[in-house]
Amino acid sequence: MVDVPYDRIADVPPAEVPEVELYHPKSWWTQYVFSQDAKVIAIQYSLTATAIGLVALVLSWLMRLQLGFPGTFSFIDANQYLQFITMHGMIMVIYLLTALFLGGFGNYLIPLMVGARDMVFPYVNMLSYWVYLLAVLVLASTFFVPGGPTGAGWTLYPPQAILSGTPGQDWGIILMLTSLILFIIGFTMGGLNYVVTVLQARTRGMTLMRMPLTVWGIFTATVMALLAFPALFVASVMMLFDRLLGTSFFMPALVEMGQQLKYGGGSPILFQHLFWFFGHPEVYIVALPAFGIVSDLISTHARKNIFGYRMMVWAIVAIGALSFIVWAHHMYVSGMHPTFGFFFATTTLIIAIPTAIKVYNWVLTLWRGDIHLTVPMLFALGFIITFVNGGLTGLFLGNVVVDVPLSDTMFVVAHFHMVMGVAPIMVVLGAIYHWYPKVTGRMLDDWMGKFHFWVTFLGAYLIFFPMHYLGLQGVPRRYHDLGEAAFITPSVHTLNAFITVVALIVGFAQMVFLFNLVWSYFKGRPSGGNPWRATTLEWQTPETPPGHGNWGKELPVVYRWAYDYSVPGAKEDFIPQNQPPATRAVQGAAT
Amino acid sequence: MAETVLTNPGKTPAQTAGWKGIAADWSSDQRAFKNVSWGKAMMWIFLLSDTFIFSCFLLSYMTARMSTTVPWPNPSEVFALTIGGHHIPLILIAIMTFVLISSSGTMAMAVNFGYRRDRVKTAVLMLVTAALGATFVGMQAFEWTKLITEGVRPWENPWGAPQFGASFFMITGFHGTHVTFGVIFLIAIARKVWRGDFDVARRGFFTSRKGHYEIVEIMGLYWHFVDLVWVFIFAFFYLW
Repeated sequence: MVDVPYDRIADVPPAEVPEVELYHPKSWWTQYVFSQDAKVIAIQYSLTATAIGLVALVLSWLMRLQLGFPGTFSFIDANQYLQFITMHGMIMVIYLLTALFLGGFGNYLIPLMVGARDMVFPYVNMLSYWVYLLAVLVLASTFFVPGGPTGAGWTLYPPQAILSGTPGQDWGIILMLTSLILFIIGFTMGGLNYVVTVLQARTRGMTLMRMPLTVWGIFTATVMALLAFPALFVASVMMLFDRLLGTSFFMPALVEMGQQLKYGGGSPILFQHLFWFFGHPEVYIVALPAFGIVSDLISTHARKNIFGYRMMVWAIVAIGALSFIVWAHHMYVSGMHPTFGFFFATTTLIIAIPTAIKVYNWVLTLWRGDIHLTVPMLFALGFIITFVNGGLTGLFLGNVVVDVPLSDTMFVVAHFHMVMGVAPIMVVLGAIYHWYPKVTGRMLDDWMGKFHFWVTFLGAYLIFFPMHYLGLQGVPRRYHDLGEAAFITPSVHTLNAFITVVALIVGFAQMVFLFNLVWSYFKGRPSGGNPWRATTLEWQTPETPPGHGNWGKELPVVYRWAYDYSVPGAKEDFIPQNQPPATRAVQGAAT
Repeated sequence: MAETVLTNPGKTPAQTAGWKGIAADWSSDQRAFKNVSWGKAMMWIFLLSDTFIFSCFLLSYMTARMSTTVPWPNPSEVFALTIGGHHIPLILIAIMTFVLISSSGTMAMAVNFGYRRDRVKTAVLMLVTAALGATFVGMQAFEWTKLITEGVRPWENPWGAPQFGASFFMITGFHGTHVTFGVIFLIAIARKVWRGDFDVARRGFFTSRKGHYEIVEIMGLYWHFVDLVWVFIFAFFYLW
């Protein structure tokens, strides 16, 4: 792959596409607030997502305080506990992770990595952020309305989600569904931009098979999101009608407090199907960008080309496709026909194959690499270990017979926090340490970073590993107070208290990280344009942070894939993607 | 069009056959779809996403209809009109469908004249399309009014399963919203065509980008999609 002449890779000859002119801001407002520049929008997305994510973090502390020391905190009652778990889950999965990976990293990295000046439709991109902000504000407002936010659990299962026994029945559920609908509208506007930019706005020489895996991950996740969010959109609209208009899409005939409700004939299972048709791809919408980013982090910081690039790409695409036919493995306890259970268990286990290919390729990339234990690398390694752990428990839960007894226990909580909570967050943190120098021109403080990593990584294990044992003991999730059941042994309470203490410590470490972000912005060591000596295009910009339009007068031309690290015979241990091959002149002279 | 044309295509070497060739062509330089502009690609992908929305709506409706224990009202009876003493089933829906399909025809003609940069004919045909679309929405409003006066509500109706009214208002309402947005955009773009914005490359008010006649074709994609969706709604809701 080293110096393959330009023309031998591309089957179709490159064409010169005339550049579409760029929008130029005219005032401070259009430059920094109502900005159409993808980089500014990316930062807006990231800051908003982080802000609402902090709310969810605080909610998790409150939940842990209640679980660890039941009865001590009188200000947390059962209803509030349910509201906390609901908002924590919803915010973390959708408003933090999805928005941060796609809206944040997607906006910042896609145009830079594929060599574009901006997203294809900057105005629509700007609208995307403002609708997202509106969705976040509507969501946050539920904390202040009468009755508070909904406590239906993040899955919002009907019929309980809209019945009066559930907290937040008045306003909480209505605003939650409204916020979801807004989020999907906003995301669609951004997502269309990301997809079209990757497909149609790459620079010369940037074939799809030369794109960094980060772009592949974000691109595939965005395509999936565009196809999966419609199901959530429809489910939200229908439940909103059930709640507001008295329709019975999801509501069967019910008796509440001795009163026959007006509902009848609807199917709660239909909601579960719609929700999980969105919900399962959503796992990979969060995971695929993480897969992509972690591949680039490992390759860059191990100074070695990624092992099996083509397989990595195909694995990403295969996982994306397969994730649309596994959704009902979330519904084994809904009373489905065993044949369906068999089908969905099979497809679920098949997903393990491309996933395992990726894990092996990461490990083989590390094998005999020149591993630099920088903070991004530490987080990438932390991701692999956490992800493998969470993936293995996924094999447990993917099988019907094992899932049924474990369903709705702490085992499930441990599994998905490991695999789609902690693991992607590890990548988010590693990616922030990796790209912060490009965004600000300064390095994040290394000592604080290492402290942050070790506390977060070890802490996450100490929090979630014991939860597997709790789950095997039969400790149910979503319980405000475990009470005096025979199967709740004293060790359960000890473990719960232990987990709570660790969770608070890990929470404190995140404050160190936030301090690091602010402190380094002013006092950090200047980074220069390419502190990690990386090959991808975003590190080759003429300015750092990249200026308006990303590139100078000329767009970069790409001559090679993104992973030319430690090429034998090369002067440096990395060759940027836009460096022309040495043999090219010779080739030209020969023909 | 102007912006979508590839210049300097260079020599075309013999291409690899079969799947490998398709993959290589797709993943080759700069653009996956060679002569497709950004706007057109974006509309296609949006329509794909929108297809999933309508599919979910229709599948949910079909689930409700198949699983209900109460009889489903007979659409031929519900949507019948008595005109001049004759009881004609589905007559209004048939006219609505005819109007909407005809509007696809005028839209296609508008796209054709857009290609030829015929300012006046393009604008007029787009306005005719918009008028047909508005007629469709108007007839839908009439249909809604008729059903509401007969006692159909989202939560109940006089003839059977309450999901009938719920699905009807939701699906036709969502489709009608699509048509309404289409009409608004048709008028907005027709105005630009009429004014000659695309001939003098005038900049858009919001995006400050120069417009192209291609937007007529992109608008056409959306409009034909909305028509196609109606065909499915017609088949699955009214004819079933």
